[in-house]
Amino acid sequence: MADIYLDNNATTKVDHEVVDVMIPYFLEQYGNPSSIHKFADGVARGLKNARQQVQALIGCEHDSEIIFTSCGTESNSTALLSAIKAQPNKKEIITTTVEHPAILSLCEHLEKEGYTIHRLPVDKAGRLNIESYKKLLSDQVAIVSIMWANNETGTIFPVAEMAELAHAAGVMFHTDAVQAVGKIPMMLQDTKIDMLSLSGHKLHAPKGIGVLYLRRGTRYRPLLRGGHQERGRRAGTENSASIVGLGKACELALNYIEYENTTVKEMRDRLEKGITESIPHCFVTGDLYNRLPNTTDIAFEYIEGESILMLLNKAGIAASSGSACTSGSLEPSHVMRAMDIPYTAAHGTIRFSFSRYNTMAEVDAVLEVMPSIVKTLRKLSPYWDGDGPVANPEQAFTPTYA
Amino acid sequence: MWDYSDKVKEHFFNPKNAGAVADANATGEVGSISCGDALRLTLKVDDDSEIILEAGFQTFGCGSAIASSSVLTEMIIGMTIDDALKVTNQDIAAQLEGLPPEKMHCSVMGREALQAAIANYRGEVWKDDHEEGALICKCFAIDAVMIEEMVWANKLRTVEDVTNFTKAGGGCAACHEDIEAILEKVLAEKGEKFDPTAAPVAQPEKLTAVKGPMTNLQRIKKIEEVLESLRPSLLADGGDVELVEVIGNTAYVNMTGACNGCQMAAMTIAGIQQRLMEVMGEFIKVVPASEMSKLAQIEVA
Repeated sequence: MADIYLDNNATTKVDHEVVDVMIPYFLEQYGNPSSIHKFADGVARGLKNARQQVQALIGCEHDSEIIFTSCGTESNSTALLSAIKAQPNKKEIITTTVEHPAILSLCEHLEKEGYTIHRLPVDKAGRLNIESYKKLLSDQVAIVSIMWANNETGTIFPVAEMAELAHAAGVMFHTDAVQAVGKIPMMLQDTKIDMLSLSGHKLHAPKGIGVLYLRRGTRYRPLLRGGHQERGRRAGTENSASIVGLGKACELALNYIEYENTTVKEMRDRLEKGITESIPHCFVTGDLYNRLPNTTDIAFEYIEGESILMLLNKAGIAASSGSACTSGSLEPSHVMRAMDIPYTAAHGTIRFSFSRYNTMAEVDAVLEVMPSIVKTLRKLSPYWDGDGPVANPEQAFTPTYA
Repeated sequence: MWDYSDKVKEHFFNPKNAGAVADANATGEVGSISCGDALRLTLKVDDDSEIILEAGFQTFGCGSAIASSSVLTEMIIGMTIDDALKVTNQDIAAQLEGLPPEKMHCSVMGREALQAAIANYRGEVWKDDHEEGALICKCFAIDAVMIEEMVWANKLRTVEDVTNFTKAGGGCAACHEDIEAILEKVLAEKGEKFDPTAAPVAQPEKLTAVKGPMTNLQRIKKIEEVLESLRPSLLADGGDVELVEVIGNTAYVNMTGACNGCQMAAMTIAGIQQRLMEVMGEFIKVVPASEMSKLAQIEVA
């Protein structure tokens, strides 16, 4: 069998139809959209069409609410920095402990500059406490930034409800929806969400293209100033080929959204069920009842994630892990720590994330090899003895910290 | 994914001596479960000859941790415990044909498990003598704890100071913001303020920069002089550098000791080249001596 790609929350394959619509913008319509000649006269139309395709996927009221950026990270930075620049008297930001580094690192940086960052904790299933969120909302808060869905566990946060609460308190609301767009239906015009970030490469468009949705009337300060592109809200010559590609990808995502929530979900569920039934001492992390349809994150106790990935890779299967070793850091994923997953399990988490390109046959192929991979590594583990973990694993093996 | 050598992959996919030795008389347990790396090493030592007859490992950890454990057991079987104690983490890394800088600590863990096991055999208590912090300088594998300690101990005040004392920040310079953050923190604890323009605490030995064109002999002498000034910091890491040949503006060097086999050797060479160019005021290319044979082939052709 050909190699199996189950790392679609990291990035996705560019759809062939997307590539096809992009190519003329490299070879024929390569003019600068601002120019007045025939090399450029189709570009503005292409961009407008793409804007409407994005608009249709996220359900916003106007296509002028779509600002094309270079990536999700740029959209996130633009949103937060805009909010604090536009409201210099407000010195607080509300976010969560489980955001992507694109938000967390920026907040850490702002903290050094004197901002107060409220990081909402999550419970063991990765859920937020809305009551404690309500208590933090005040006229001191410049912006609330809550991810729509978590990249590691797929857990979905109630952003529409939280945006209503923020709006009632007069606070701006941003959501990092990089993982959610294209996987779950959304209708932004029915919400009070002021800003939303999305990224092309998570939904079969190329890398290097993103969107900041900016609700009409939301106070805004650009991150990049310069030319008049994007109505002066994001200067810099348009990445026209990628914008057109992203538009096509959004159109396809809208067509496939039901497939995503039926067939893709069935594949995910079958893999999850198969693994948890055939392998002892493993469990699914996150909010099982409120999750992206394509994601499962499974903790394999007493073994380490990078080792699992290396053996999976050898078997031609691509996934990812929340272990410290895969990132070269000293701590396992902050999402696992926030959910209070014990270290012996947090380092052994593997995320399988599907797309519409996966098949049931691939699920079966993973189920075929997974038990023996886990068995092989447990044989090497000091926490494992024969067919089960050693008694009192935390006491039985107490290495000196080195 | 990491750029693991074939040797690392070989030991990971087919580990040697996995599992505990049945009637072991020495056990070492080291690592940190919070960091995701922990190792139990069990040995059977012959009481008369003190030769390690059997060694087995049980490792919770990543590919390179398992490979380091595996290769360690292979290396020490048949050694006396005194000889085994001489095995350094660089030896382990070299045996694996190098480890990425972020993964050098896996080889350290192997060496420490060995020390702990031998201490256990001798009825002693092994104490680890270092604490590991977040990796700051990826070029030279220097962590935050090391930098903080050096800032405290030597009253360092600028990024340049930190580079002079620890090498951190001396390569690609991407970590300078992180080093500044450490300086800000430590200096604040001391009641001082970080000032990027502060004079260096201790000037490294100043080499006079060369002006005007040089003869080849002058060039070679100057290169030797610069290498001499860099030698102490290489020796501190158990490595060394040797000048083999100078052809035009290309200096051929041999990296020896711990530098040999460390994947950071390339970074070290880049650092040496940078330093040479600063002092000599002309473009100098530093190339491993192993490349010389290729040069000869080109000339013949």
